[in-house]
Amino acid sequence: MSGSFDILIVGIGGQGTILASNILGESCLIEGRQVRGAETHGMAQRGGSVESHIRIDGKFGPQIAPGQADLLISFDLLEALRYSHYLKKDGKIVVNRRLVLPTSVYTQKLTPPTEEEIIAALKAHELCLLDADRIATDAGSPLSQNVVMLGAAAKWMPLKPETLLEAVRRLVPKKTIEINTKAFRMGQEAGGKI
Amino acid sequence: MERKYLLGNEAIAHACLESGVDFVCGYPGTPSSEVVDTLRVQPERPFYLEWSVNEKVALENALAAAWCGVRALCTMKHVGLNVAADPLMTSAYTGVTGGLVIMSADDPFAHSSQNEQDTRCYAHFARVPCLDPASVQEAHDMIPAAFALSEEFGLPVLFRPTTRICHSKGDVALGPAVASPRKGAFHKDPRQYVVIPAHTRVLHKKLNEKQPALRKRLVELGFNRCEVRGKTAIIASGIAASYVQEILPDNVSFMKIGAYPIDEDWLKEFVGKHEKVLVIEELAPEVEETVRQVAGCIPVFGKKNGYAPYEGELSTAAVAGIMVKAGFLNQNPFAPAAPVENLPVRPPILCAGCLHRGAFYAIKKVFKDAIYPSDIGCYTLGLQLGVVDTTICMGASITVGSGIAHACEKQDVVCTIGDSTFLHTGVQGLMNAVYNGANMTVVILDNRITAMTGHQPNPNTGLTACGVETPAVSLDALCRACGVTFVETVDSYDFTGMVNVLQEAKKRSGVKVIIAKQMCVISARRAGVKRGRYAVDTDACTGCGTCVRFGCPAIEFADEKARINDLCSGCAVCVQLCPAGAIVREGKR
Repeated sequence: MSGSFDILIVGIGGQGTILASNILGESCLIEGRQVRGAETHGMAQRGGSVESHIRIDGKFGPQIAPGQADLLISFDLLEALRYSHYLKKDGKIVVNRRLVLPTSVYTQKLTPPTEEEIIAALKAHELCLLDADRIATDAGSPLSQNVVMLGAAAKWMPLKPETLLEAVRRLVPKKTIEINTKAFRMGQEAGGKI
Repeated sequence: MERKYLLGNEAIAHACLESGVDFVCGYPGTPSSEVVDTLRVQPERPFYLEWSVNEKVALENALAAAWCGVRALCTMKHVGLNVAADPLMTSAYTGVTGGLVIMSADDPFAHSSQNEQDTRCYAHFARVPCLDPASVQEAHDMIPAAFALSEEFGLPVLFRPTTRICHSKGDVALGPAVASPRKGAFHKDPRQYVVIPAHTRVLHKKLNEKQPALRKRLVELGFNRCEVRGKTAIIASGIAASYVQEILPDNVSFMKIGAYPIDEDWLKEFVGKHEKVLVIEELAPEVEETVRQVAGCIPVFGKKNGYAPYEGELSTAAVAGIMVKAGFLNQNPFAPAAPVENLPVRPPILCAGCLHRGAFYAIKKVFKDAIYPSDIGCYTLGLQLGVVDTTICMGASITVGSGIAHACEKQDVVCTIGDSTFLHTGVQGLMNAVYNGANMTVVILDNRITAMTGHQPNPNTGLTACGVETPAVSLDALCRACGVTFVETVDSYDFTGMVNVLQEAKKRSGVKVIIAKQMCVISARRAGVKRGRYAVDTDACTGCGTCVRFGCPAIEFADEKARINDLCSGCAVCVQLCPAGAIVREGKR
């Protein structure tokens, strides 16, 4: 096996999962480590379920096999549950406490699991649950929720928090560096508390 | 040497800069689009670049540039190569003087495609070399080699990355961009460029004579390589080689194929050193067939005897399964892990405020029992609204529509097609339908952009790929020039207007065209267009569910009432649908 640290970032098309994965990739470059990633482009981005795979110290294929991920970062509760089988037994989850119901629930009259049911199921793993939308808004912009999520996940990643923060500064628009720095710190704090 | 974390397509684009590319063209198609999209926004662009109207047009432009001695790149997705197959097949005969690299991106698992065809088969068919990268770094490294190879053999080179190369990322070592030393000049030589029978017979022989030296050269280039480590061997190609390498036991030999045609002597020597061989590749058994030709009595495991699948994409876990089944690995290192069952699906859907949703809804209202041929674009998602009955390939909605109209008497037919697809290959079908007297309605879903692949401009946009203003095609005049007399343009957000014009079309015979026009909601947001949001007046809402059936992701339903969430972009189509008049401007209740 390759000995990589495998992170799966999931969410809904348009939530900023790609920027989050770019920040992790840039962090690997800063630390001089190899990295592989795979992500969803094209039609699937139109409000569909999206996934970004990042394999820190990865040397081979870009995709994480089910049952192999060390860390799952999810921007939505339902998506966390949908991809939870990708985790190792001792894999960890960082999830945004938000449940966007898919349109299929209304148009096909499907019954979604409740927030409580999802959280109970996710608790099979070590879980960090945070309200990233609110924290991001408090930091100065709801658009910084992806950086909040990374801040919260930092404690479980084999990358130095300062490296992650440097990557954030390099990749976010210049005008938003201050907000995103704050978002990362607030995310770290939220992640540490739970 | 610089290292960057790049998308496969970005790394490929950068490699073109390092190769001093002179001429870039293509037609957008997932997963190929970001190569031209990366090149067209370079701050310095010392090369010609265009988005062409279709892949055949693109390849013919690129071929001509290569005839002029400059380096040309032409990009498309795998099915685009079908459109460009006509020039491809004969370009192998005429050859090139400048390097011509044709990137045809394959999509195993059809993540965003109508089929899983394999570009390597085209290379085999056309007898041109094909490079098939195993990683983002190799995709990058193959580009300069592809240009050099094309120039050395005077042949177009097919470059075939798959989705998991184009849309995967890695740390990539990059070289510096290089300025081109070339100046284009066309030297007349009818025996090469005019393929009348007398010339083409000679050219065909020359093409065949190039093959043996080409096969040897591809081994020397290092894209095909091998290592003897034991009595059994695995031969893998493209990205499957990366999957194999992650789990390859130390005592199993390994051959990696990244370039075609494969040198059979070299292959035979390797296979001959082993007691059994497993071939792992995605899609067609291109490598396996060559291995079987040289293997003699050595057992070969692969697709042909059921050890590996012909369809779908592979992964490290899938490869491990094949290796265990064929006896090349004792135990699968990946324990099976099943997803949670019965979760509500979250497929891609038309955006909140998408112009197509209102047009589809109006079509369904006016033409209840019609057949709805459709086409390729975001609007294929109209399937979820029950207004897409057929989709086969680019431009085929109008042709399928006229076929149905001629085959079935008194059958209403309403086709939908996007503006970019109409200009790609749809207009010929319209001309044909009018010429042959079909009875049908064509709705051109006109958002003036090629949205699904990432908002590339097209001749309808009024801008070139590089952002230069250019005359926009008049769809109205184009349809009239094809002989259509009923051509009406209507705002897609004007639901009543859409219904009225569709009813008018329904009364008439012949080919009717309705141009349903509005900006793509994503382009509009980027351009700073702001429309106020709407909200449901819960006192007025009767809970009838009409708005929910419209299928907009901004409309939810809870406690017997509709609710509009913050995805609302203010298109106001639902306002026109609500029988209770309960949808009002946000804050105006």
